[in-house]
Amino acid sequence: MSERPTIVAPGLAPLLILAAALVMGVLILLPLGAVFFQAFDKGLAGFREAFDQPDAIAAIKLTLIVAAISVPLNAIFGLAAAWSIAKFEFRGKSVLLALIDLPFSISPVVSGLVWVLLFGAQGWFGEQLADRNIQIIFTTTGLVLATVLVTLPFVARELIPLMQEQGTDEEAAAITLGAGGMTTFFRITLPNIKWALLYGVLLCNARAMGEFGAVSVVSGHIRGLTNTLPLHIEILYNEYNFVAAFAVATLLAALGLVTLVLKTALEVRYAGELKATRKH
Amino acid sequence: MAAGAFRWREPSILPGFSLALGLTVAWLTAILLIPLFALMLRPWELGISGVWATLTEPRVLAALRLSFGTSAAAALVNAPLGLLVAWVLVRYRFPGQRLLDAFVDLPFALPTAVAGIALTAIYAPNGILGAQFAKLGIKTAYSPIGVFIALLFIGLPFVVRSVQPVLQDLDRDVEEAAQTLGATNFQRVTRVVLPAILPALLTGIGLAFARAVGEYGSVIFIAGNMPLKSEIAPLLIVIKLEQYDYAGAAAVGLAMLVISFGALLIINALQAAISRRGAA
Repeated sequence: MSERPTIVAPGLAPLLILAAALVMGVLILLPLGAVFFQAFDKGLAGFREAFDQPDAIAAIKLTLIVAAISVPLNAIFGLAAAWSIAKFEFRGKSVLLALIDLPFSISPVVSGLVWVLLFGAQGWFGEQLADRNIQIIFTTTGLVLATVLVTLPFVARELIPLMQEQGTDEEAAAITLGAGGMTTFFRITLPNIKWALLYGVLLCNARAMGEFGAVSVVSGHIRGLTNTLPLHIEILYNEYNFVAAFAVATLLAALGLVTLVLKTALEVRYAGELKATRKH
Repeated sequence: MAAGAFRWREPSILPGFSLALGLTVAWLTAILLIPLFALMLRPWELGISGVWATLTEPRVLAALRLSFGTSAAAALVNAPLGLLVAWVLVRYRFPGQRLLDAFVDLPFALPTAVAGIALTAIYAPNGILGAQFAKLGIKTAYSPIGVFIALLFIGLPFVVRSVQPVLQDLDRDVEEAAQTLGATNFQRVTRVVLPAILPALLTGIGLAFARAVGEYGSVIFIAGNMPLKSEIAPLLIVIKLEQYDYAGAAAVGLAMLVISFGALLIINALQAAISRRGAA
């Protein structure tokens, strides 16, 4: 797009820019700064002390495990959903699209609650599970289920608009020339969507590692066993162990910042290939 | 088969439709539909009168009122703030612009629990901004104002990212024509720019509102969680679950979902009415 200077109130420009910077500074950047400021309130020693606890290490491990299971599952789902929805014409497509977006409008707490309603002690399947000695709520399985529900749309909604825009011509040509389905997918489709896929996985992962409400409901807050990083932060904070809470929070804030940097880099570098997906 | 017979999908030479759609539907059923089914059915174990009694408990009523009230207020205040930020990002060029643009997404990327404790540190009575408000006799953290502030933080990117692309694509010729015809700055903004971006602005407000209603992590730390005063609806679900009142928790969750969808339907209708008027 050509860069045309605005004609609306050029004199007001500095004032409006300042006002926008103020809004962003106070509302968005100040909280980010507060995390790091509070974390080093008692110096480097106080900061490092937070990571000497085995509970903190267990929380880091659990967070990584839950994300490592949830993100690939939803990436596969996203690829399958995008392949069927973008490459084929069938009835009921709009229903499917609406369902995929639905988790965005569900409260995280409800996304945890539904699993308790199914698998909790008084859940629909609670007794059958207890008879078989299977526990889902208050275990890693429950955390994964809650996380998977919350992050369900992330990869799919990045891929679907892009693959719709790309159409089926290239794949159809490959098939006509005798390529198999798998060859076509890995040699044609995947290279075409790889950056959007990475973008979706990036956002999905950030949400999976940072999710709080949904996992809080199914976790049971068992220290060293079912506490992910955000839950560990909550416990430290509620024990008035503020420095440790903020120290652990810097890890997640750093994750957020890295996500933001990579996301921006992808948007700048592959603007064309991500264009269809930039609508949030 | 007779010509014109019902066909639920268009023929295609691409393979993998059944597999991809099968995976998609199976995953959606297991992760989304069955859990939501439980949410919709379990409240009625209490009977209609029981559900009504739960939802009209003073504590539940106060929480629903607080959640929907502060969410609406925050979304409405975010409309001018988000519009300002989007306007500045699209219409002016200044140093640090790309950085400012990237940081708009910080509330998406920063885990909610981290945002929650950071906002609390800032707005607590001894916090950097909370102390200033305290001097004025305003209690920010641990009151509904704190809830409002957290929802402002969470909602801003939705408004900015909804308005920004529309503002970018807006045809400047119309504005220039208005200027040539002698329209003032104010007239150009209110008569030319605002009507064009109003649908997008409404979308942003709707998204911010929907997210705010269910928001948990960034709110519970700053809210103070005093019964009847600063308890949000998602927290009541957690409290009811801790009392093993599954049906009651499901009733509150279902009510939140129904009211949210009602609000989104109204916003969609409003949007449709505006675009009809614009087209006429």
